[in-house]
Amino acid sequence: MTVILNQSFTGISIGAVLLLIALGLTLTFGQMGVINMAHGEFIMAGAYTTYVLQKSVSSAGVSLLVALPLAFLVAGAMGALLEWLLIRRLYTRPLDTLLVTWGVSLMLQQLARDIFGAPNVQTHAPDLLTGNISVAGVTLANNRLFILVLALLCVLALTLILRRTPLGRRVRAVVQNRDLAEVSGIATERVDRTTFFIGSGLAGVAGVALTLVGPIGPTMGTNYIVDAFLVVVVGGIAQLKGSVITAFALGVLQSVLEYSTTVSVAKVIVLVAIVAFLQWRPQGLYTLRTRSLA
Amino acid sequence: MSGLSISRRGLLTGVSALGASAALSACGAKTGSDTSSGSGAKADTSGDTVKVGLLNSLSGTMAISEVTVHNALLLAVKEINAAGGVLGKKLKPISQDGASDWPTFAEKAQTLITDDKVVATFGCWTSASRKAVKPVFERNKSLLFYPVQYEGLEQSPYIFYIGATTNQQIVPALDYLRKQGLTKLYLVGSDYVFPRTANKEIRAYAKANGMEVVGEDYAPLGSTEFSTIVNKVKDAGADAVFNTLNGDSNVAFFKEYKSAGLTAKSLPVLSVSIAEEEVKSIGTQYLEGQLTAWNYYQTTPGAANEKFVKAYQAAYGKDKPTSDPMEAAYISVYLWKEMVEKAGSFDVAKVKAASGGVTFDAPEGKVTVDGATQHVYKTARIGKIGSDGLIEEVWNSGKPIKPDPYLKGYSWASGLS
Repeated sequence: MTVILNQSFTGISIGAVLLLIALGLTLTFGQMGVINMAHGEFIMAGAYTTYVLQKSVSSAGVSLLVALPLAFLVAGAMGALLEWLLIRRLYTRPLDTLLVTWGVSLMLQQLARDIFGAPNVQTHAPDLLTGNISVAGVTLANNRLFILVLALLCVLALTLILRRTPLGRRVRAVVQNRDLAEVSGIATERVDRTTFFIGSGLAGVAGVALTLVGPIGPTMGTNYIVDAFLVVVVGGIAQLKGSVITAFALGVLQSVLEYSTTVSVAKVIVLVAIVAFLQWRPQGLYTLRTRSLA
Repeated sequence: MSGLSISRRGLLTGVSALGASAALSACGAKTGSDTSSGSGAKADTSGDTVKVGLLNSLSGTMAISEVTVHNALLLAVKEINAAGGVLGKKLKPISQDGASDWPTFAEKAQTLITDDKVVATFGCWTSASRKAVKPVFERNKSLLFYPVQYEGLEQSPYIFYIGATTNQQIVPALDYLRKQGLTKLYLVGSDYVFPRTANKEIRAYAKANGMEVVGEDYAPLGSTEFSTIVNKVKDAGADAVFNTLNGDSNVAFFKEYKSAGLTAKSLPVLSVSIAEEEVKSIGTQYLEGQLTAWNYYQTTPGAANEKFVKAYQAAYGKDKPTSDPMEAAYISVYLWKEMVEKAGSFDVAKVKAASGGVTFDAPEGKVTVDGATQHVYKTARIGKIGSDGLIEEVWNSGKPIKPDPYLKGYSWASGLS
């Protein structure tokens, strides 16, 4: 029983990491249809922001708290810049965005190598986050709980923005029917850039979270980018709740399989399961019902 | 349907033809290089300087470890040049970045030999990178000096193995654990050559010596997700973990290990790929009290080591630790120098012939080259990681152990290959 509970928690925590990373993609890929391969490098930017802060702020706890909003701004600004420089010219050519952003991702990796050196670096977690708490025989690692709470807060914030704010309404309007939104007086270009800012900023937040579980390096984003796309595609692009459910489901599936088989076998089974699922439901778990003609 | 089978047959013919022509051209290349010169390698020794190749991962997941090896190699080259060079010629180091990627290693090895015309190459860390470059060095009849402990069961006429082989590290480590009464082992490793082979050897040893392997898990090289593996370790009822993870996967593993409430006291981890440099960057708070098996520590006593540590820290910073692979890299250049001087020539065949019995007063103590295996006699040492990030020796083998890469001296290893 404890084994099952322990593994469920592990699965949920893997899911939380996946969710944090996929959240920004849900916006930029799911809502805007841009295949942003540089998303992983925005994660890296968030992680390096944490690293730089920790070198200048002596307290690990304070630096982590400052890193969260700062990483959001840094990665968000990079995303907005990328959108303004390149992506806005390619909204009608989604496949080209893949190539262009992949190139950008390689350049950003090299840039990181030049600035921070090629070897990976680490940050030290605040003492509070290195321990664990035990509930009914189940060990809950504090850093994992922190990531879980962080992921849920991000989902909540994103939901509120999309549902309750004028910006959210405009975003949804543009996603549903760009032309109609534009003739209704919505500045679609500004909406695009803001959406990109938020989506990329969330990647930065994910980067901060990842510093708590592993090393920081120029290629760290590439380790996660495929998983993040899987979550968004299986979740049904354009739906937040699809991503949430998929991230946790894949996390739990992965951890249960890893426990009963091995890491590599578990990966294979998860991928086969995803392929089978997409055969059965090509549109993913949820799809947006839209009134757009396209 | 019939069309398909015809095209498949056509494909087969094509493939076998390709294979045959590849084999032919390989033969041609071989005879070609045989006739061109005695040694086969295209090393350039005509000028006042000779080039030596340094082949390490300066980027990617292995850079955490390999950059330090690169530094140690540069230090040895600098010292040798300051003392007058080798056979009166100064060494010019040519660095290539293997980028933690095995095909890149093979490609850069070829570049060093063909374009830079180096007299010898020093480097590689992972067994996967060594396996990738092995045919390159053999084909070109050029020498590689490999500085890292490895899983044994290999011997190439063009590689000198300066790190420990199995019976100089893994076997003594298992002996040590057994003497401590830690007999139920959990094996955790990166998913590639070294850990897989090492764990096969550990299983054979355990079976013959009354130990038990209660679990075995691999994570992809560079993987940073260890929560499930740590859960499994926790549930398996092991006495100790034998850790063959490589590179910075260790960072994620030990962070997770501590988060799960496991400590060196409750469940010790013996690592064979974590040395001082890695300890420093993983963070001592995650590692204090854990065990390592190597041939050298920064704390190893002796004048040769004091000189080495002092020189290294003068060159790269007061807070930079020295480690076993760095030491092996450092002495590999000196051993090569001794061989060349004994041979009186840079010629690969002559250097190889002169290698047996060459000794060097190394930081780890006296080392001697075993000409038959092209390995080195080394002292085994078990250490415990201290709160200052340095490793204190808790046991050593007393004298250098003769290298036995194929474990011929151990009956339990007879089925391994």
